Amino acid sequence: MSLFDYLGRQGDRLLGLTIEHLGIVLISVAISTVIGVALGLLTYRTAGPRRAVLAVAGVFLTIPSFALFGLLIPILGIGARPAVVALVMYGLLPIVRNTITGLRSVDPAIVESAQGMGMGRYRRLFRIELPLAWPIILTGVRVSAVIIVGIAAIAAVVDGPGLGKDIFHALARVGTPTAIPQVLSAILGIVAIALLIDFVFLVITRLTTSKGIRA
Amino acid sequence: MSTTTATTPAGSTSSASKVDPMIRLQDLSKVFAGQARPAVDHLDMDIPAGEIIVLVGPSGCGKTTTMRLINRLIEPTSGRIILEGEDVTRVDPDKLRRRIGYVIQQVGLFPHQTISDNIATVPRMLGWDEKRIRARTDELLAMVGLDPATYRGRYPKHLSGGQRQRAGVARALSADPPVMLMDEPFGAIDPITRDRLQNEFLRLQETIRKTIIFVTHDIDEAIKMGDRIAILGEGSKIAQYDTPERILTAPADDFVADFIGSGASLKRLNLTRVRDIELSDWPIARVDSARDEVLALLRASDKGAVLLLDEGRRPARWVSGRELQRDDQPLTEIGLPPEALVQPNATLADALNEMLKSRYGCATVVDAAGVYQGNVDFATVSAAIQEMRRDARDRSRTEADEAHAARTAQS
Repeated sequence: MSLFDYLGRQGDRLLGLTIEHLGIVLISVAISTVIGVALGLLTYRTAGPRRAVLAVAGVFLTIPSFALFGLLIPILGIGARPAVVALVMYGLLPIVRNTITGLRSVDPAIVESAQGMGMGRYRRLFRIELPLAWPIILTGVRVSAVIIVGIAAIAAVVDGPGLGKDIFHALARVGTPTAIPQVLSAILGIVAIALLIDFVFLVITRLTTSKGIRA
Repeated sequence: MSTTTATTPAGSTSSASKVDPMIRLQDLSKVFAGQARPAVDHLDMDIPAGEIIVLVGPSGCGKTTTMRLINRLIEPTSGRIILEGEDVTRVDPDKLRRRIGYVIQQVGLFPHQTISDNIATVPRMLGWDEKRIRARTDELLAMVGLDPATYRGRYPKHLSGGQRQRAGVARALSADPPVMLMDEPFGAIDPITRDRLQNEFLRLQETIRKTIIFVTHDIDEAIKMGDRIAILGEGSKIAQYDTPERILTAPADDFVADFIGSGASLKRLNLTRVRDIELSDWPIARVDSARDEVLALLRASDKGAVLLLDEGRRPARWVSGRELQRDDQPLTEIGLPPEALVQPNATLADALNEMLKSRYGCATVVDAAGVYQGNVDFATVSAAIQEMRRDARDRSRTEADEAHAARTAQS
């Protein structure tokens, strides 16, 4: 059976899985962003905690995904919950790192002049530092989302939602006529999601970055 | 404490002319953590209202630290800061800073905001309504020489270095603070633009009359910009706090003299205008005078040439004795056309420059209409310098006497 025959017959089901996949990615990225930006904000000015946070987030990313999903089963069981937790862990590093990099790359003279004009700590952070670091932070979120799209496929080992189900299902039946088209169609869906996310983030970055700092 | 004023001794009326300073620094010190020596060491300083006070000194002397103590970007270790009679050492630093304009070398405009939003920063924090903010922003842009219609919606990246610095000054002036702190504001700008910005700023200051504390490491900039200069040594110790004239003519000690450098007398020439000095007598005559008369005039003087004036008393020709004796041509065609003309508001440095280029070592002063006022030559300049020295010495002696008298009266 060709890929196109398969897509023709299984199109609706594939679309459903793709939406499921996109959903779990978006939820994970959203949580990862909240945690990652918060950790970045808390640590960007102090060297010790900053290094610690980056090191831990880096370690998360090096744990083989297959193993991490498996390790979470005894704690969180199976289904969407362990999948989201693992994906959030994988998504942290690019977001934390870019938040820290972005905030630290704000010209100290700008912050000093803001302070010298009587802007308090929070006003400085929200009016000056975050808007200036914003494009870099957003890049981190985008990278994180694209990484998560791929890793989310492995979430099928804990019976997580998404296109990973089809991949695992097909790989268990290698040799049968539908196995290869099923894997390929799942990959196609994942790539499509990744491209879509990339594009959407480019648009968001463009719309939310001040003209004054756009390249 | 108001009741004590009645019992003040009559002798203190001599100091009544001294109005309260805009800023008073009292026994101010700053010791940074981990440093044995204080960056600012028991500094006492009064900063009078409406003047540009320049803090100048070698790098590391603590001049920038001293400036930042005033708006408490650096908190003092001990001592007090009095602003407009109010002790601000413990007030909310953010509220304090909104009363003090701040301009730094890198300007620090917010790159993600338009120029008008940058300028509106402090007024927005103070809760002005948008209409008032817009009017104020346009007024300030025009004041610093940036056309509001062109520049209000631009971003900092669209501006040149000089334009950014102007926008920075406009932003610092936005809420009309009585005091401005300027930390090497023209330090990062090319020399030609810097000179222009300095002149523009001095002109602006004539109208806004702010109290300005200006930090620089460049003594020439200090002399140009300062109504008063504080020369600071290590630990922000005041080596001399005085007018540029006095610092140049009567440096308090070797440190000050060294810091001014070798060209003090030349620098001094920048501070005096031709109209303020006594001009020298060169022989002058009407261009239609008899040749013998002119010759007699020249012989009676110790100069080498006569300046001939036309019917409107405007310089017409310079003629020497030898040229006068060759009587084959009329007076209007011998000698040299007038040269080295300067106006009364030229500095002695300008006059000297013209003088050096001239044939007779003499610059001619004319008014705006070109009418002859007198001449400046080396003898004039040298006499003027000696006069300044004598004045400075006399004044410091009188002030020392007064201070001594005040001290004895107190005790």
